[in-house]
Amino acid sequence: MIDIGLGHYLTLGAIIFTIGIVGIFLNRKNIIVILMSIELILLAVNINLVAFSIFLNDITGQIFTLFILTVAAAEAAIGLAIIVVYYRNSSTISVEEINSLKG
Amino acid sequence: MEIILLFLPLLASIISGFFSKHIGDRNSEIVTSLFVSISAILSLILFYQVIVNSYESNVVIATWINSGTLNVNWSIKVDALSSVMLVVVTLISSLVHIYSIGYMSHDPHKPRFMAYLSLFTFAMLTLVTSDNFLQLFFGWEGVGLCSYFLIGFWFKKESANAAAIKAFVVNRIGDFGFALGIFLIFYLFGTVNYSEVFQQIPQIIDKELLFLGMHVQAIDLICILLFIGAMGKSAQIFLHTWLPDAMEGPTPVSALIHAATMVTAGVFLVVRCSPIFEYSPLTLNIITVVGMSTAFFAASVALVQTDIKKIIAYSTCSQLGYMFFATGVGAYNVAMFHLFTHAFFKALLFLGSGSVIHSFKDEQDINQMGAVYKKLPYTWILMIIGTLALTGFPFLSGFYSKDAIIEFAYLRGNTVGYYAAGVGILTALLTSIYSWRLIFKTFHGSYNNNKIKIEEIHESPIIMLLPLIVLAIGSIFVGFLFKDLFIGYGGENNFWSESIKFLNPLSTDHPPLWIILITPVLVLLSIPIAYYLFVKNKELPNKFVQFNKPLHKFLVNKWYFDELYNILFIQSSKKIGLFFWKVVDIKIIDKFGPDGLSLLIKNLSLKASKFQSGFIYQYAFMILIGFSALLTFLILQ
Repeated sequence: MIDIGLGHYLTLGAIIFTIGIVGIFLNRKNIIVILMSIELILLAVNINLVAFSIFLNDITGQIFTLFILTVAAAEAAIGLAIIVVYYRNSSTISVEEINSLKG
Repeated sequence: MEIILLFLPLLASIISGFFSKHIGDRNSEIVTSLFVSISAILSLILFYQVIVNSYESNVVIATWINSGTLNVNWSIKVDALSSVMLVVVTLISSLVHIYSIGYMSHDPHKPRFMAYLSLFTFAMLTLVTSDNFLQLFFGWEGVGLCSYFLIGFWFKKESANAAAIKAFVVNRIGDFGFALGIFLIFYLFGTVNYSEVFQQIPQIIDKELLFLGMHVQAIDLICILLFIGAMGKSAQIFLHTWLPDAMEGPTPVSALIHAATMVTAGVFLVVRCSPIFEYSPLTLNIITVVGMSTAFFAASVALVQTDIKKIIAYSTCSQLGYMFFATGVGAYNVAMFHLFTHAFFKALLFLGSGSVIHSFKDEQDINQMGAVYKKLPYTWILMIIGTLALTGFPFLSGFYSKDAIIEFAYLRGNTVGYYAAGVGILTALLTSIYSWRLIFKTFHGSYNNNKIKIEEIHESPIIMLLPLIVLAIGSIFVGFLFKDLFIGYGGENNFWSESIKFLNPLSTDHPPLWIILITPVLVLLSIPIAYYLFVKNKELPNKFVQFNKPLHKFLVNKWYFDELYNILFIQSSKKIGLFFWKVVDIKIIDKFGPDGLSLLIKNLSLKASKFQSGFIYQYAFMILIGFSALLTFLILQ
């Protein structure tokens, strides 16, 4: 049986973070996927925070995690609300077609 | 008095040029004619004083340049030489002004024309009255400019514009030589004032200079460069091509500028610089050769031309050749005498031909004329007087001056002199033939014009005939009246005093009798010959042309000078210009310069703008990459 140490947690966090990043820019279809990817990135950060909190015997990290989860929930709510409004306005949430920032 | 004389034409020009709208056409004609006539009267008074009292003066108007050793004044120098020129310029000019009132009566731009004429007169006066080379150059360019204006006066005619540009460009070649000559004079003497330069001439006789890799005598070089300037202005062979084309201008202009005054500026320059030229026998020989070549060449071309004005233009060219070879053989005073008489009869011929052209409603081809001597009696008689004077008919003005040139060329006593005398006699014969051809074809024979009925031909108005009559009187009498003064066969000749320098006094021998007689005899004989050829038996010249086709073509095409220059200079410089335009300018300078730079920036910014895709996820990726790179950099540090 191998010991599960800090390195494994950090690796897991890095993997999830990378999946989140790749999810943002490889995604061509749906803007909700981007929102989910952002959640993944936040979760990866949370794993890191909790892992370090245990490793360093410091409760601050876990408290921060709770804050982040709260913020993430609020953010998801606002994000979904924005998407709903956007869909009403332009009847699409396809990433390909949202390029009105182009000059 | 000198100041009034000089500035009246300028004042007239300004009034007519700028204020004609306020004073009207008629008044600007009157003002210019009046002012120039006053100048003419003043210069006659001055001339009289010079003759009687040997009057000389140098009125300094202002200091022009005073920089280091270069001191140049605006001044009016009056001596024998410039007083002669003053009389010629202002007298002919005032007559031409008056004549123009009639000749240009149908033209809508009368004040402009009169303003140019007066401005020309002013420029010519500054030229002849200067006491230094720089003011001379100012006047020189001023007359060139006015000549350009006046040749291109009918600016809607394309050929007139082309002729004006040609005259200007060809003159530029001569002026380049002239300017180099002035530079050289300043380099050698440190001054451009005549009196100081002429004093120092003997000191540099043996000086040598390196010019274009050759060792040349400084004095020869100065003289040759000055003479190149004179060649350009006086339409000598090689630089003559502009003069016939200049006939595109109105006829009074041809009479004033291209016969009587401006084209004689070259002769004036050589005579004015006689203290320099006298020390350079080489240049004098060159001048003689160029002069007689021009005389012969122009006379031969005039034989076959059909444009009335071009015949007279070539005749002018030929007579200028005479003047030059007179200076070349050292007879400066004779050259001035011929200049003086020539001004009268050539202006008469030009204004007379203008009267003919006016009557024929701007027809210039002599093949389209004929048999109008009864319709234009005054013009006919006046033209005949002019022709007799030009050909050197005994006791008219041309007789004294032209024969004197031939005699002095003979008396020079060297090979060039004999040769020049021979060519001079031959040219006198040619002159006589082409002049009478002009008269007979224009006024005699049968009427050949289909456009205008002979009944419609009418004599010119009195305002045009009056100047002609004055000039005719001049053509008849000036030779006889002034020959003793100008040439002084008696040996007593102090009219010119200091203004002309003779290193060796002119020979006072009498030439052999045959040389005195041969020219008048030939001239007299040529009248019936010309009458026979061009009126009685018209088939003969045509047959002659048939037999000598190449020769005729050669002459009609003016010895192919224009074609030669076209191939040699115009085409090649056009090619060079095209090369510099198409290759050097567009393909090198523009390509690597402004055009290349702007293209580069445009391409770069096109590439840069691709980064702005409008997709947020790409922006996010960029941010991430950048952040990671920064972080990596910071950690590795």
